Amino acid sequence: MAQQLIDQFAARLPADRRAAVYQSTKTTHEKRTAMLFDQFAEPHRLRALAGGIKQHVLENLDTLLPAVEAKLQANGAQVHWAATAEAACAAVLRIMQARGATKLVKAKTMVSEEIALEHFLAAHGIEALETDLGEFIVQLDHDRPSHIVRPIIHKNRREIAQSFERHGLGAYDDDPQTITRRARQFLRQKYLQADVGLTGANFVSVESGRLVLVTNEGNSRFSLAAPKCHIALVGIEKLVPRDRDLGLLLNLLARSATAQQLTVYTEFITGPKAATQPDGPEELHVIFVDNGRTDVLASECRAILRCIRCGACMNVCPVYRQASGHAYRSVYPGPVGAVLSPLLAGKKFPELADLPKASSLCGACHEVCPVDIPIPDLLLRLRDQGKRAGAPLAAAGTPPMGAWALLASQPAAWKAALLGGKIINYLPTKLLPVPPLRAWEKSRTLPEWRGGEFRRWLRHRTTP
Amino acid sequence: MSSDRDTILAGVRAALAPLAARAPLPDWDRDLVRVRTLQPAADPWARFAARLTAVNGTPLTAVADLVALLEKNQWRRGYCDPALWPQFQGAFPAHFTVETAFDRTRVDDYDFGLTAAAGAIAETGTLILTDRGTSSRLAALAPWVHIAVLRREQIYADISAALAALPDDPNVIWVTGPSKTADVEGILIEGVHGPGVQVALLQ
Ligand code: SF4
Repeated sequence: MAQQLIDQFAARLPADRRAAVYQSTKTTHEKRTAMLFDQFAEPHRLRALAGGIKQHVLENLDTLLPAVEAKLQANGAQVHWAATAEAACAAVLRIMQARGATKLVKAKTMVSEEIALEHFLAAHGIEALETDLGEFIVQLDHDRPSHIVRPIIHKNRREIAQSFERHGLGAYDDDPQTITRRARQFLRQKYLQADVGLTGANFVSVESGRLVLVTNEGNSRFSLAAPKCHIALVGIEKLVPRDRDLGLLLNLLARSATAQQLTVYTEFITGPKAATQPDGPEELHVIFVDNGRTDVLASECRAILRCIRCGACMNVCPVYRQASGHAYRSVYPGPVGAVLSPLLAGKKFPELADLPKASSLCGACHEVCPVDIPIPDLLLRLRDQGKRAGAPLAAAGTPPMGAWALLASQPAAWKAALLGGKIINYLPTKLLPVPPLRAWEKSRTLPEWRGGEFRRWLRHRTTP
Repeated sequence: MSSDRDTILAGVRAALAPLAARAPLPDWDRDLVRVRTLQPAADPWARFAARLTAVNGTPLTAVADLVALLEKNQWRRGYCDPALWPQFQGAFPAHFTVETAFDRTRVDDYDFGLTAAAGAIAETGTLILTDRGTSSRLAALAPWVHIAVLRREQIYADISAALAALPDDPNVIWVTGPSKTADVEGILIEGVHGPGVQVALLQ
């Protein structure tokens, strides 16, 4: 029985990392829960409503996308479409080349990671610098983010200080305050030199065409204050119908992500800067990116596209807490990633077919999700899909079930097995000659075998 | 590019075609997101100030208090919105250097930036800035201290009220306290890219 890949990652994770990931996800989760339930009378009703609004968006994208496009254009934005990752990268490059631009600053956008934009631009001689502190550190180290809200949850301050020293950002000092100040000084020069500010969008209102961006650090604000051109990479699922719906979603997003009432900077952008404003972009380009989303929309798992990237599901997930984000081998870790990553992988689905199994189906992710995504259901559907597709990874870590299937489909054999099973009560299981079973037995005790008694109980139970 | 547009929209239509019915848009009552633990204070400023303090912001009601704060921390070089300058000129002591144009080649020469707010949200301690109302995006962001000048009648009760009155402006920004991060070991640090001190000055 091959071990699951995610178990291998978990086993390799140093104990102090595991403890750090565990502690900080647990703290965030507890603060989130306390805040939501303290401040709102009906948090679960809010989640259901937010889920309903996003589901409505998904199921009406055919009309909402052209509607928001028209609104954006009327507001003065230029709208582009990119069906694939390659097309999205090419669109960014085209916009930059048309302006003779060579430097880009990036405020956190998951889509840019999905399409591997940094790598692509580097090959064309364009520097794309991350400005979110955590993402910046990940970029310095040629590492990968391990959490969608807390990219360096897997790193400690000593490693960060060492890497700052290596990259000429000052002598070793692991005080988080010093680390932050050094990044502040370094990055503000970069913003001022950059030609283009690249962002994502947390939401786009169809009603007004406003792009909504949230950050705590103010890096999106700086990316839109110094450079003269703004490019927004937006997944086609990011729409919300009305401005007022943002009241629900912003309240839920900030609390679910970081236990805040509101994220520090919430920006509503409709176009290039005002004529009277000396700073900021003269051009706004919005690139709507598909990159596999329409396939997800066509699948039984379309509800995963409601996701607002709050990270609450990874904070609460017992598997994520043990394995950390790199174990998911994709841009989106945790429960959301276990669904979304294999789906977005397209032809590479088999390579990630084990992810839907990285769950005990405990349901905690569904319970915390601000848009009420039934993640465990979706995981089951994907497990089924993986098995049917015969993906070897979908079977790793699972005992062969052929004999079981045979037994369970023959009533006579089944009855005999139930009775015969009693023998287990008399077997010295501790001495079984099968090593995996012995290992299993070490930390568990088999309950007494009571096969067949359910039917007897059912026949003789007294009906009220 | 137009072919990508067609491909995506055709893909979306094909994906949705098998659906027997589309999910309706739920309506919802904005009272549902009203924070129940915050009792409505009689004075919107008092409520706003309490919430701003809760997110480590600094509410002030007198220019003298502002000057004292700046003086105490030796933040004596700054920027002031030219439209507000006539009003504040007399308040700053002679040893302060205050400019009314923000020079982006010297961002670190400014300890503070003073600009106008377009509003505030009492429930969250949020300041509302607009592009037309802010004299310089950079001056409101790059200096260590940002002072937003606010009038009492500009304060909205809650997020829903502020959303219903979103100004017609290309860049509306809600600022809720100083810029912050908890990226390094979950430890809260203020003043990452934006201000480490966020002041709301009531006029
Ligand atoms: S799936 Fe739900 S809980 Fe997880 S990141 Fe997305 S919105 Fe948050």
